[in-house]
Amino acid sequence: MTQAVAQAAWVKERRDAAARRFADVGFPTTRNEDWRFTNITPIAETTFVPAAGSFGQAASLVAAVNVPGAVRLAIVNGQFAAGLSDLSAMPKGIRIAGLRDGARDGTDGLEQHLATVFNLDAHPLAALNTAHLDDGVAIFVTPGAVVETPIHIVTVTGGDGQVVAAHPRVLVVAGANSQVRIAHTYVGAKDDVYFNNAVVEVVVNEGAIVDYYTDQRESERAYHIANIQAHVAAKGVFNSHAFSTGARIQRHDVGIALKGEGADCTMNGVYLADGDRLMDTHTSLDHAMPHCTSHELYKGILAGKARAVFNGRIIVRLDAQKTDAKQTNRALLLSDDATINSNPQLEIFADDVKCTHGAAVGQLDEEAMFYLQARGLTRIEARDMLLHAFAGEVLEGLKIPALREQIETNFFAALSRDVELKA
Amino acid sequence: MLLEVKNLKVRVEDKEILKGINLTVKPGEVHAIMGPNGSGKSTFARALSGHPGYEVTDGEVLYNGKDLLDMDPDERAREGVFMAFQYPVEIPGVNNAYFLKAALNAKRKQQGLDELDAIDFMKVVKEKLKVLHIDDSMLQRSVNEGFSGGEKKRNEIFHMAVLEPALALLDETDSGLDIDALRVVSEGVNAMRSPERSFVVVTHYQRLLNYIVPDYVHVLSDGRIVRSGGRELALELEEKGYAPLAGARK
Repeated sequence: MTQAVAQAAWVKERRDAAARRFADVGFPTTRNEDWRFTNITPIAETTFVPAAGSFGQAASLVAAVNVPGAVRLAIVNGQFAAGLSDLSAMPKGIRIAGLRDGARDGTDGLEQHLATVFNLDAHPLAALNTAHLDDGVAIFVTPGAVVETPIHIVTVTGGDGQVVAAHPRVLVVAGANSQVRIAHTYVGAKDDVYFNNAVVEVVVNEGAIVDYYTDQRESERAYHIANIQAHVAAKGVFNSHAFSTGARIQRHDVGIALKGEGADCTMNGVYLADGDRLMDTHTSLDHAMPHCTSHELYKGILAGKARAVFNGRIIVRLDAQKTDAKQTNRALLLSDDATINSNPQLEIFADDVKCTHGAAVGQLDEEAMFYLQARGLTRIEARDMLLHAFAGEVLEGLKIPALREQIETNFFAALSRDVELKA
Repeated sequence: MLLEVKNLKVRVEDKEILKGINLTVKPGEVHAIMGPNGSGKSTFARALSGHPGYEVTDGEVLYNGKDLLDMDPDERAREGVFMAFQYPVEIPGVNNAYFLKAALNAKRKQQGLDELDAIDFMKVVKEKLKVLHIDDSMLQRSVNEGFSGGEKKRNEIFHMAVLEPALALLDETDSGLDIDALRVVSEGVNAMRSPERSFVVVTHYQRLLNYIVPDYVHVLSDGRIVRSGGRELALELEEKGYAPLAGARK
């Protein structure tokens, strides 16, 4: 029965509108201000084949990022995979819905929320994703439910040697005064070239608290685009923490609109890039109402010829008096050839607000390095300790211990993967 | 012989600071290196620890018969050389206990010993904390971050006590300490004196040597040792100052 929903008129309508939109604008080029430093010509010029529902390594990749005790929702090549999911720990207060037969608890709420959080005009690749809308995962949290069990979404992509494109889709709707923690791991077949173009929509209703942890550890040759947009109602809280170590080109867009009084959000991230990887993070904070607070902290570690782009936009609208917004962006360059383009973008229309931003780019502190070495740590051990400390402030925000451990292990593995990083 | 320094010359940036130092330290001995500001005494300690800013241009340093100058700073540490920094570095985000455990295990690994787990490590640490009147909370703070001057120096001696070096270089450990802190730090050092462990204590003031009584005192002036003697030399310096020694070297 649910299969039919993917064919429903409203889905088709939204899909077609997005397809038309994408057909009009196409892949963004570096002439587009939002994509000035990120050239995705390699994606536009690659011929991708539509991904199959599964591939050889899917099961082992999912198993490798298992978070014990969590509910796991697996999305393989953009499609919900019931077989690789684990719903045995499903707590009360959660409903998993979906457009296709894979989903568990029906389709209520989808029409109301799906593809409504986005302004597709501003996000051409989200339009491309929506043009492929026929599956995905929707998590509904019952009003008032405090969900202790972590929900872990695993997006796994690969094509058994074929160059595939996938368009995963996630929707989270947290009912009033509910609480939930969601982790989202992006992983892919090692060394595969693929294009993963994900969209995550989050609706945080009044007084709800949603933590969303993103762990991007795609194949080192993958193109990874992910776009999270959240609407936060009065007294709602949305905390986004993103960790990125994979992909050849990453583009993250994180947009949070604080749409009710007293809403609060955190938007943190750590990215680590070496080789000739590109890590692009575009954040956008929309303070639309009074008495809202936002805390943003992004930290980058760049080695080799890696490049990073950080664009942090904060809009404080005319009505948003007593806004308290703080944005910090720091980067460590471990080599002479690594670069970062950092661009804070503050647009403040209210007059009684507190808005601070700071950006700092530096190198490892050599005196600290010597101090650690003089106590017996090798240069690599000392460096890893300092880099871990650098990332620590953001890692601390992870409230799922098993996930934090997993992300830290991956962080150290990423630190050791490249000779350039070892220098 | 634990340490043999022969004709050591060291340059910092473009300036020659040490102009030929000779010093021999036997196991169990405490040597004090004294001298006025700019005489090169801290340079001596830092060069021995392997600081990259201190370039050895000539001479030789043997440690247990091995070429010390050929070792990286971390190798020196794992071989049993410890330097208590004049200015301990603040390292935000690195937990003091976590760091010290890593340092101790790096050394134990080098010695072919099993690494200590968190529980065994804490047993080692608790004992040392008592001797140095250090509060447990210092363990859980970031390395030296927000520590007072006295806390930083005590933390250095605490690290030394845990790492149990064969050769400890104390670089102006007394600077910035009030008399109570000086006593605590000195007691910590004295508790570690043993026939197998040697100390090279760099200090500007005689005061420290009332507490850490040296076997030998060497006076540095303009990059050379201009006088060596027993403890009485330090007392003489306190009385007469360094000025008369400026002539002694010529």
